[in-house]
Amino acid sequence: MSAPRPYTRPIDPQWWARPPYLAYTVREAAGAAIALYALILLWGVIALARGAAAYEAWLGFLRSPLSLLLHVILLAAMLLHVWTWFRIMPKTMPRLVIGGQYVPQARITAGGLAVAAAGFIVVLLLALWVRP
Amino acid sequence: MKRAIAPVFWLPFGAGGVIAALIGPALVLITGIAAPLGIGIGPDFMSFARAQAFAHHPLGKLVLLAIIALFVWHGAERIYLTLHDMHLASKPALAWLCYGAAGVITIVTVIALLAVGF
Repeated sequence: MSAPRPYTRPIDPQWWARPPYLAYTVREAAGAAIALYALILLWGVIALARGAAAYEAWLGFLRSPLSLLLHVILLAAMLLHVWTWFRIMPKTMPRLVIGGQYVPQARITAGGLAVAAAGFIVVLLLALWVRP
Repeated sequence: MKRAIAPVFWLPFGAGGVIAALIGPALVLITGIAAPLGIGIGPDFMSFARAQAFAHHPLGKLVLLAIIALFVWHGAERIYLTLHDMHLASKPALAWLCYGAAGVITIVTVIALLAVGF
């Protein structure tokens, strides 16, 4: 008796770099970008704890072309996250019934995007309100 | 029956994802582009004194901790599952690496926020 040897289909090791899977890889990379942004903020908090000189150095980094370019990329990643997050949301929640009718997935996505747009505006208004 | 531990990590993943979706773009725009360039909110928006006053307040600490820790846990979950799908290492090894890093970063954040003072 020999052990069963089920056939396993070979997988292209670089499947994640090719369409259609590339879209998922980019989406997941946007999640990594969110963590990277958190690390930049953490660096700022650590600098704050170390004193004015360290904090000024962090602000200096934020003003550098490298940081500005990085934050433009991070902003694009955040916007991609918003888009993909609310595209997935109706697929990960129980089907929503209003008035005996299933709410279409597209409408749940649109609702989520509207709330995100409102959040964007509220935070910007808050920043304008507390500016020096 | 052995219970799966994965749902425990879905909570910070989901919380981080929701926060990033609602205020992430605005945060990056303000702290990374508008404030450094002084566009719209002035060059002193994130000055040392103002940042210190924000981080001294318990509510400010809570906001910073929630944003930093949950964003990191969100990213850790995505990196973990994607690296696993890329067959880069075994699932337990990647879980220890990604969740471990997120845990360490969370502790460092708490320590840094306490070190800022009150």
